[in-house]
Amino acid sequence: MQRNLFVSAAAILALTGAILLGSSSHAHAADTTANQITIDNFSFSPATINVKTGTEVTWVNHDDIPHTVVSDDKTTVKSRPLDTDEKFTFKFDKPGTYNYFCSIHPKMTGKVVVQ
Amino acid sequence: MASTKDEILYDHNHDGIDRRGFLRCMAWAGTGALCVMQGGVLKTFALGGAGKAPKGELSFVQISDSHMGFDKPANPDVVATFKAAIDKINVLPAAPEFMLHTGDISHLAKPAEFDNVEQILKSARASEIFYVPGEHDFVGDDGKKYLERFGKSAQSGGWYSFEKKGVHFIGLVNVANLKAGGLGSLGSEQLEWLEKDVKHLSSSTPVVVFAHIPLWAVYPEWGWGTEDSAQALGYLKRFGSVSVLNGHIHQTMQKVEGNVTFHTACSTAFPQPKPGTAPSPGPMKVPAEQLRSVLGITEVHYKKGQHAIAVTDESLA
Repeated sequence: MQRNLFVSAAAILALTGAILLGSSSHAHAADTTANQITIDNFSFSPATINVKTGTEVTWVNHDDIPHTVVSDDKTTVKSRPLDTDEKFTFKFDKPGTYNYFCSIHPKMTGKVVVQ
Repeated sequence: MASTKDEILYDHNHDGIDRRGFLRCMAWAGTGALCVMQGGVLKTFALGGAGKAPKGELSFVQISDSHMGFDKPANPDVVATFKAAIDKINVLPAAPEFMLHTGDISHLAKPAEFDNVEQILKSARASEIFYVPGEHDFVGDDGKKYLERFGKSAQSGGWYSFEKKGVHFIGLVNVANLKAGGLGSLGSEQLEWLEKDVKHLSSSTPVVVFAHIPLWAVYPEWGWGTEDSAQALGYLKRFGSVSVLNGHIHQTMQKVEGNVTFHTACSTAFPQPKPGTAPSPGPMKVPAEQLRSVLGITEVHYKKGQHAIAVTDESLA
């Protein structure tokens, strides 16, 4: 249910963006949705994201190799392995700084700051 | 950066492939090079033909990174190339006594992927296979399924050792409990075990260590190294002959440090770029007809009393 709501919100945002920009080249508007982190070339982008408490953040893996999203404490946030184009969404209910990494490729790190 | 300059200089087709490096890899993998370590000195010879294959007292084969389940453009049929690797092994002039699989057996640690590898390996001439896990085999369940299947006779963390014809083999696990920002890791429990495991051995015992992620700093920027490998190698310093066999980087590479020879094997699934020559270490796409020339197996021969370990890489082409 939460996820559906989010997807709808994302669709509306994407649509608004497309209308505002008046361009048809934004077929991948979902990739530029706020609170979405893309995984490309073994890195999280943006590496740091600031969100308000209660926000759902979504990661999408565009690499040909699976990645994970795991908080440094290995318990707060823990995704399943995300294969190509798979997504993972997590709702941040408490303020704080959440450092995370890919448990398969630990050189990949990122941060979610919840205010 | 010099490497970037090299990349552009040799990237004649603007496809991101460093031709010079690629050809070097072909020469190394394709024609079959032979490396013999004698008294800590590594000598390289080109293999003239099957008849000149070294007749060691102990022969075994290393395969690596079969990534069963991978189906992306870099190799949509990893089953076919894995079978080709087994075919290659089955026609080697010197029959291998056993095989080592240095990890990333599966792509996503799924039971069907492990099943598939085990099934295909039944057709290999060497029936005994020793495994160590790659990070892909530990994904999702911290290695539970891998350890249930392959770790029965190992220590609880999956590491173990065994003897074959006077050679001491040590299979290590450096893909568990990886820390944010870090490299491969052995951990204190495994290091303590290793210290005890080799304590009783005489310094003249040849030692072969195998693990997935390289036990030397190949390219830490891409995570190609193991943070506590120096401590492990410290326990092996007194031995006259130590060979370290790794996978993970999907290309052959070697290094000699004192009495220790490091060697990485090709994958049977897909190649990866040379360190720093691409934006990331992701699967490297090569023209379909060239794929098998950058995949391969590794053959190892040991001759008693000569302190010599001969390592031969053979491509699947």
